[in-house]
Amino acid sequence: MKRVSWARSVMVLALAALMVAQPVWGEYGDVVLNQRSGKEGVRPVIFSHWFHRIRFACKVCHQELGIKMRVGGNDIRMTDIIEGKYCGSCHNNDIAWGADRCDLCHSGKPGLPSGIFGGHETSGPGRY
Amino acid sequence: MRAFSFLGDLRPSVALAIFACLALIWQGAAAQGWLPLAGDGVHDPASPAVKQLQEPAQALGKLPRDTAGNLVHWVQAIENGAITPRTSLRGENKSKTLDQDILMSLRGGMPIVRFPHKAHTLILDCSNCHEALFKSKTGANQISMLQILQGEQCGLCHGAVAFPLTECNRCHSVPRPNGTPANAAQTQP
Repeated sequence: MKRVSWARSVMVLALAALMVAQPVWGEYGDVVLNQRSGKEGVRPVIFSHWFHRIRFACKVCHQELGIKMRVGGNDIRMTDIIEGKYCGSCHNNDIAWGADRCDLCHSGKPGLPSGIFGGHETSGPGRY
Repeated sequence: MRAFSFLGDLRPSVALAIFACLALIWQGAAAQGWLPLAGDGVHDPASPAVKQLQEPAQALGKLPRDTAGNLVHWVQAIENGAITPRTSLRGENKSKTLDQDILMSLRGGMPIVRFPHKAHTLILDCSNCHEALFKSKTGANQISMLQILQGEQCGLCHGAVAFPLTECNRCHSVPRPNGTPANAAQTQP
């Protein structure tokens, strides 16, 4: 019987895990917002930093519109958005699509946890 | 079992090197380019949005390339006019940029940190960082990599939405004079 090398076993296992594991990936800076969506029976919201930062400087949302930078720091409800606060400042069928286009924002995989996604070894406040 | 036996005959160090190469290739392949929305792992492929939303490759592909994060050099993109993000929605935000560098970590072992106010004030307001995250007074902040890695201080953005913490040398960018830590004398017994 062949001697089983522990190093070989570990390597094969690790390689298999690396290839089989389907990480929740997203584009760098994607935020999953699912504090309420799942409970309310809709898909979680995927907010894409990469899309918005092409068009707006960080401070438009994080200073002018009062959206805090920390994950979990904002308790935004659909009523706020319909009243024109937070996302609703642009998503009002004027600058961008309005709150009636539910599916365009609520587009995430059901059951995803809230947080920041997008790969790399660290993920700041999303992970810790 | 024949298929794996060649691995068993190798020395562990050689096998480990092969494994490391395979792992790097695998990681590298994952890091190349941008994933389509339908296959990015966060969007529901069954959602009508994936057919309507802009694809990352379409939006980011023509911007100045970088090697980490969104693979876009965002500051360069603004400076060379590739993008012109609005700095205010309601005209309340006065554009205030500050061209001032702060040198930090003067006594550590890594190269000195150069914090450029200019790149940050292109997109952020003073109040995003001051006075809650950082005090304005030079030397009044106890900044630590441990905190940063835990998503505090610089780590609130770097490692989440701004270039990731794998890019050590972008912050630790100023070589120390004569190449030795400034506190070398203090660490001697």
